[in-house]
Amino acid sequence: MHFGLTEEQELLQQTIREFAASELPAPKLRALFDEGSGHDPGLWAKSAEIGLAGLTVPESYGGAGLELLDLALAFEVLGESALPGPYLGHALAALAIAEGGSEDQKQRWLPRLASGEAIGTVALAERNNVWECADWRVEFRDGALAGEKEFVPYAQLADLTLVGTVGGGLAVLERDAEGSRVDAVDGVDRTRALGRLELTGARAEALPAPPGTAERVLDAGRVLLAADSFGGAWKLIETTAEYTRTREQFGTPIAQFQSVKHMLADAATEIEPARGLFWYAAYAWERLPEESPRAAATAKAHLTDRAADVSRTCVELHGGIGFTWECDVQFWVKRAMFNRTFLGAPSAQLERVADLGGW
Amino acid sequence: MDLSFGPEYEAYRAEVREFTAEWSAHAPLSHERAAEFRDRATERGYLYRGIPKRYGGSEREFDAFREAIVAEEFDASGLPWRLGAQGVGMIVPTLLEIGEEWQREKFIPGTLRGDYVWCQGYSEPGAGSDLASLRSSARLEGDEWVINGHKIWTSDAQDSNYMFGMFRTEPDAPKHAGISYLLLEVDQPGLEIRPLRQIDGAVHFNEVFFDDVRTPADWIVGKRGQGWQVARVNLKYERNLGGGSMMRRHFNGLLELARRSEIDGRPAIQDPVTRRRLAELEGYVRCVETTYMRQLSATANGEEQKVSLPILMNKLYGTDTREKIARLGYDLVGSDGLRAPAEEDLKIQSNTETVTGWVDQYLFSLAGPIAAGSSNIQRNIIGERGLGLPRDLRSPS
Repeated sequence: MHFGLTEEQELLQQTIREFAASELPAPKLRALFDEGSGHDPGLWAKSAEIGLAGLTVPESYGGAGLELLDLALAFEVLGESALPGPYLGHALAALAIAEGGSEDQKQRWLPRLASGEAIGTVALAERNNVWECADWRVEFRDGALAGEKEFVPYAQLADLTLVGTVGGGLAVLERDAEGSRVDAVDGVDRTRALGRLELTGARAEALPAPPGTAERVLDAGRVLLAADSFGGAWKLIETTAEYTRTREQFGTPIAQFQSVKHMLADAATEIEPARGLFWYAAYAWERLPEESPRAAATAKAHLTDRAADVSRTCVELHGGIGFTWECDVQFWVKRAMFNRTFLGAPSAQLERVADLGGW
Repeated sequence: MDLSFGPEYEAYRAEVREFTAEWSAHAPLSHERAAEFRDRATERGYLYRGIPKRYGGSEREFDAFREAIVAEEFDASGLPWRLGAQGVGMIVPTLLEIGEEWQREKFIPGTLRGDYVWCQGYSEPGAGSDLASLRSSARLEGDEWVINGHKIWTSDAQDSNYMFGMFRTEPDAPKHAGISYLLLEVDQPGLEIRPLRQIDGAVHFNEVFFDDVRTPADWIVGKRGQGWQVARVNLKYERNLGGGSMMRRHFNGLLELARRSEIDGRPAIQDPVTRRRLAELEGYVRCVETTYMRQLSATANGEEQKVSLPILMNKLYGTDTREKIARLGYDLVGSDGLRAPAEEDLKIQSNTETVTGWVDQYLFSLAGPIAAGSSNIQRNIIGERGLGLPRDLRSPS
């Protein structure tokens, strides 16, 4: 029994950490955040060079052939670094094609996704808080899509978009297809762009996906958001601890005050013991499929909610400066907001935890 | 990552389970039969793996998984394998680590058999979180220590043969350097035990008064003035006492309560607010379970440094989660929350079967943030050792 990381997994995290430190110094992250597109083609290309675009794509299609746990560990570091870019939608599109695509579809798309030459995304949400596939209303008839999708990551940038359709189907829509229209959404998290997709007869190609594929894509996404939240929250705790060691009031570093120290200790204690939740959920997705939906919902509900709490505590501990646009803490506050809401809020996930538990 | 134990360990689990099934058939066991059960378990290597045979242990190669499997299966069986936490859990490992040879031979075998029961003499009315400020004293007179003072929160004192404790032997030394770690017999003139009735009405703890109580000069663990260091070894074991599957059992008790309680004429488990609160708690319980799995895995694989941070958090996290369970349980009993705990609830700690058992849990869970290193002390430790924050205003240890 081994419930821990391998040396390779630790090395993977180290590689991405070093990549982020060298390619995304604080001023560059700040500039990207202020610019607001959530994307830097150079950064994306370089991250693809170290393999980030194709971690779980099978080796036979040009990827690294790793498992969801490895991808989640990568997302932990993306969360830590608040790395802007289309990683989430891209990873889920690649997983969807690998799980549910025909051989021909895999050969056509996976190598391009794995190399980062093509960017993928997923169009899952619909109006009125719809995320679950059972509630999807976009029609796919005679090879054409009709309906609306909301909050599609990097909709304007993606070369291919996996569109969720009535009955839990998935169809691949290529960029600029006639009958599709993309509008940018002014998203709260400027490290991850969003768009709205209007479909009026756009040509698309269905995945022959076996039943449950769309659910598995949603579950994988929830695991990745939980991992991202963990990384971001831990990063905030560390930077806030550092801030309280240096910020002086009443003639002493504020970390000396128990009120401050205990807030940080409580924040750390909310997050650290939850690390195993996303590990387990990622493991279950690969090895214990019958446990996977509930494990993913638990990790998503718990970690994204706790991370949001912690991000607010960290703003408070920064004092006035924490409330300003110029303070970098906001990157993680807003990333936590995205993670909490995207793919269904904690309240919806908790209801699933209860249902799936047979309660 | 691989969560299967593999065929070797699964076979071991099956063997342990067969053993517990045989003994469970005779439950409840008399005092003598319980001792015999533990002897047989020790012969098979299920108990006391880390303790040499000459002290009554089974002296097996270190194997964290076998230990964990035995703990899980024995706990699930409800058989009386866990002896008083102070004896097997605290004084035995302390003597093994720093005791004299004659002390190990004299005290360990009887403790492992359950013949010797121990109590702990640490806290005093004036020395709680600031334990090193303790004032109960011992002075050497000829070949005996003469002990005077007052200890509190002493569990099992009436049933104990022996006490281990900290006493001030060097009154002129700085506070941490003036303490010695002594062993003494409980049943002797000058030692008075007064039961302490706690907030829920139960009596688990005592006060112990010392009026010229005596113990031999060589019943000291470590050297004079080193009692604080000895106690730190000892407290390390106290913090390790928590198990992995315990929290899940408490939570399952809560789920059962939610199934049989009613809200607006329907089972509480169908009530949306209750479902949400239970699901939120499920997250916390999963955190406890998976953190335990991380620690078990790291211990078994010699990677304990990788879990040093969550280990610092075990006490605080466990306490908080237990309290959440108790409080939701109290809400679910509804108007019956006006009742006082019944006698039977006070005898069985954490009785999940009766409504008043949950009233008792509501009250008893108040002890968690106070006992065995208060939550605020845990927060200091997490902040300082875990997050590298500066020490606050305390005298250096």
